[in-house]
Parts: sequence; C-alpha cells; structure tokens
Amino acid sequence: MLQGYAHTYGKNVDTDVIIPGRYCNLTDMAELGKHALEDLDKEFTARAKPGDIIVAETNFGCGSSREHAPIAIKGAGISAVIAKSFARIFYRNSLNIGLPVFECPEAVDGIAAGDEVRVDSATGTIENVTKGTRWTAQPLPPFMRALVDAGGLRPYVEQRLRERAGV
Amino acid sequence: MGMTITEKILAKHAGLDHVTPGQIINAKVDLVLANELSAAVAIKEFEKIAGAERVFDPERIALVADHMVPAKDAQSAKIAALMIHWGREQGIKHIFDVGKGGIEHVVLPEEGLVAPGELIVGGDSHTCTYGALGAFATGMGSTDIAAAFVLGEVWLKVPSSVKVIYRGALQPFVYAKDLMLHTIRMLGGIDGATYQAIEFTGETIQTMSISGRLTMANMAIEAGAKNGIMAPDEKTLAYVRERTNRAFEAVYSDADARYDRVVEIDAGALVPTVAKPHSPENTVPVTECVGVKVDQVFIGSCTNGRIEDLREVARLLDGKRVADEVRVIVNPGSQKVYIQAAAEGILGILASAGCVVNTPGCGACFGGHMGNLGEGEICISTTNRNFVGRMGSPKASIYLASPATCAASALTGKITDPRSLALEPAAV
Repeated sequence: MLQGYAHTYGKNVDTDVIIPGRYCNLTDMAELGKHALEDLDKEFTARAKPGDIIVAETNFGCGSSREHAPIAIKGAGISAVIAKSFARIFYRNSLNIGLPVFECPEAVDGIAAGDEVRVDSATGTIENVTKGTRWTAQPLPPFMRALVDAGGLRPYVEQRLRERAGV
Repeated sequence: MGMTITEKILAKHAGLDHVTPGQIINAKVDLVLANELSAAVAIKEFEKIAGAERVFDPERIALVADHMVPAKDAQSAKIAALMIHWGREQGIKHIFDVGKGGIEHVVLPEEGLVAPGELIVGGDSHTCTYGALGAFATGMGSTDIAAAFVLGEVWLKVPSSVKVIYRGALQPFVYAKDLMLHTIRMLGGIDGATYQAIEFTGETIQTMSISGRLTMANMAIEAGAKNGIMAPDEKTLAYVRERTNRAFEAVYSDADARYDRVVEIDAGALVPTVAKPHSPENTVPVTECVGVKVDQVFIGSCTNGRIEDLREVARLLDGKRVADEVRVIVNPGSQKVYIQAAAEGILGILASAGCVVNTPGCGACFGGHMGNLGEGEICISTTNRNFVGRMGSPKASIYLASPATCAASALTGKITDPRSLALEPAAV
C-alpha cells in the first residue's frame, strides 16, 4: 500500500522542471532527489515526506527522455504519481525503474494539496483518506502489467536472455 | 487494409506481415544510440542485468559525448570517460568523443548511420530526428536503452498515425523551423500527438532540403509524438548513398493506409513564427513579438546546428556587427559542420560580427554549459524547447525561432522580423 500526503501540480509538468539539465550528469538517486522539482516548487524537497504522492493534471513528464526525472522523484521519497495523463517516455521510464504511476482524471479532480492519499497498486484503487472518497485508476495494458509484476524491465530482459540461451 | 510507413517498418522489424495501432510488438533494432548522460545511467543498468556481458552487436551501437563536453566539471568528465571506456571495452565501433563528433542527431545522419526503413532507438528524446530520412526512430530512457544494448530488440506499442499535408511554397525568410513551430500548434500543442506517429507529407516537404526535413522531424517530440517520419525520395536516397554503401530498403505508406486524423497546412501563407515563453506550443507570428529586448541569442542545437543554418546566419551578419547589448552564441552542430563553416569563411564572418563560436555540442540548449541564462534574462534561440529553466535560471525567458529570425534579432538586440532587414532572400 502506498500512502502519503498529496503535492498537487498543473498540466504539462515537463522534465526540465522535474530535474533541470544542470543536474543530469548525476546518476545517484538520492543526489538527484535533492533537486526534484526545484525549478517549479522550491519548497518541494523540504516539504516532501517519504511515501508522499504527486498529483498532477495532463501530460505529466513531457519533454526530454531523461530517466533522471522519475529517478529524482523516487529519490525525493515520492511513492507514486497520479495524473490525468502522462507523456509517453516518462510513463515508460517510470514503470521501468519501479515508480508507480496511475492515470485517473477523477482522482486528480478530487484530491487537494495536503490531502492524505492511499493507493493499492495491485488493484489501482486510489483513496482520499482525508475526504473519504475513492476511485479506480485505469488498469495497465496486460503486457505492461506483466512487466511490472515481474519487477520491472530487468527481469524481463533476463528472461529473454535465458530463452535465447535455451535455458 | 494498407499500412503506414511507420507500421510497415515496425512490422518488418518484428517479423510480422501486418501490425495495427495499439499492438505490442518485439522489434529488432538497427542502431542503438546513447549520449554520455543517458549512457551513464544505461551502463549502470546494463551491469546489473544477469547474463549481460557483451552488447548484442558492437557495430550497431553509437555513443556520442555531446551534452556536457568538453567537460563542464569533474562529474561531467567522469561520466563521459565512463561511456568512452565502456564503449571501447565492448568493442563498439561508432564512438564519437570530443573533436570527432558533435551533437548526436547532427552526427548520425551525417555519418551515414541512418538509412530509410531502419529502426533506431536512442537515449535522447530528439532521436525522432532520423524520421526525416524515412526511418522509424524514437527516444527512450536509459533502462530501455540498456535492454536494447543487450537484446538488440525493444518492445513497442504500434502508434496510430497523424498525417500532415503541407501545401504551397514557403515565403522568403520562412523556414522549416517556422513551419514546425506552427505545426505543433496546429496539432493541438505539446500533447497534440502524444503516443502517435506524425507523417509529414505534401509538396512543401518534397521541395524542402534534407536539412530542413531534419529540423522538422527533430521537433515531433515537441508535439508529444513517438516518432515523426517522411517518405524517402530522390533527395533522401542521394543524401544517404553519399554516406554509406550498406543495403537498405525504402518503405512507403500504402494508398489505403489508415490515419487517426489528417491535418492540412497552407505553408505558403505562413510568416516567420516564434514560440513565446514557456512552451513550444505558444507560437505566434514574429510580428507579435517584435521589439522585445533580448540579452542573448543562441544559434545551434540538433534542431538548427547544420551548415545550412550557419550559412543563412552568416549571410545576414556578413560585414555587420551584432548589437552591443546582446551576447550571441553559436554552436556548430558537429565537427564536420565546424570544418565546413571554417572552409566557407563562416566562422570568421560570425566572429567578426561579434558572435562567440563554441565547440560543437549541445551546450546551453538544455541548461548544460557554455551560455546558460541568468535570472531575468531573455534569450531568442534556434533550439527546440523553452520550458522554465531549460537554459539555466528558472527566472529566464526563452523565445524559439529560426536561425534567420535569431540573426536579425542579434543585429538589433530586439526580436526582429527577418523580412524587415534590407536583404535579398536566399536563393533556394
């Protein structure tokens, strides 16, 4: 179960504000996490507590393909991102590195900054604990569900390698 | 039911006769690209994959040091060296270090590493540039790139396609860049084509140079697209054959291919266009911004760092001086562009006009180094993104425009319509 307080943002939160280019020579998750969202919300890293959840409007993560973006969000202690929609590369990167992301427009409209939110990633159930409301996120396509259930892209790649080796 | 050029390339690389939008496929890749920023993360991941010791094919990987080189600082030096050393240890054939390459998306087409019908994935969102040569090319994150290094294949969801039909000839001082900025808006903005393929067609594209086509396909991602693509023609084949002798198969959309939507754009009616801060979708005719004072002009990037771009800038600045109040920074897109610009006297013209000419690389475009913006500063730039903080301070503002509009603005220190210069338009 993923649980924490909501940090809310608008539409088109791009990867340049999620993690500015000047930090993209870093590779360490904790280091990147210190700078997450700093150009959009200077107080974010000071305010964010482990488990907190980002809630945003449409097209979250647009722009660059930098995997540093979901890594920085994860490094800041965020347990999940709920948005009305995601940019394609960010979405894929998030699943690959194990940052749970959920598409649920109704939940975004029903969650305010500071609300306590709980997400069951197995069922996609999103609950606003503060207001006592509940929604279900759009399920992952079956192929992506299988990737996530297997633990991300790496186990999938390892499985493909074993198949090729005839093991 | 016929297939689009994108669907055909994906089907062929997946070993299938037919694919439809939404289908998940495993596709073989012809080339995998990474730069030092994406490679640093990808190599870390590669080393964690059990059973991954060697890359799938050292001849089908390209590594380009371009984002923070010549090294901005010790950390940048470390990751560039990590990539280069790993690449050599893996026997990778196409390694482009400082002085041997330049910006990845300028270098790869130039070196003949992209051909029609091929499938290319890269650890950089502007990998979509290669669609200009009739290839399927898309950007991915480092974990996907690590997987492609090992497997030589990627999983992909087949995108639906949006067809854009351009009619008419571009007016003087209107370029591929203006047309693409306008197109982003016409498609619905920066998520107008999310998850989709943009197929650029029509007479305006047919008469456009390869350089202009690369500029347009480069910014497909700015509409959220998975890839941008153009049918190869005689110009494409001539460009590619000059650079490689390997076999390739040009692919074309069927007449009965299915499109999610078709958008028609009257290119002949377009005027010089700029994207205002802070999004590439905020496009307006340059006339709406004329007179805005600028602190910096940036000319370069994978969008507009090719020799044709520098020629046009040099033509407008030849024998003149840029305004005292403005810094003008030029980053040639590659070592080859730099050498050609030197041979044509362009570097001298630019330097004499008061521009600083940087080494080839991504430089300030993404807030890397060699020209970042300070608080409150305004820049007009030939680059592809103007998000908050993109080129440095989150309190700076960026306008995106063509090389000619940027050159005109350099002369006056204010955003200037290039048509207002007392100059003949370029002979096309």
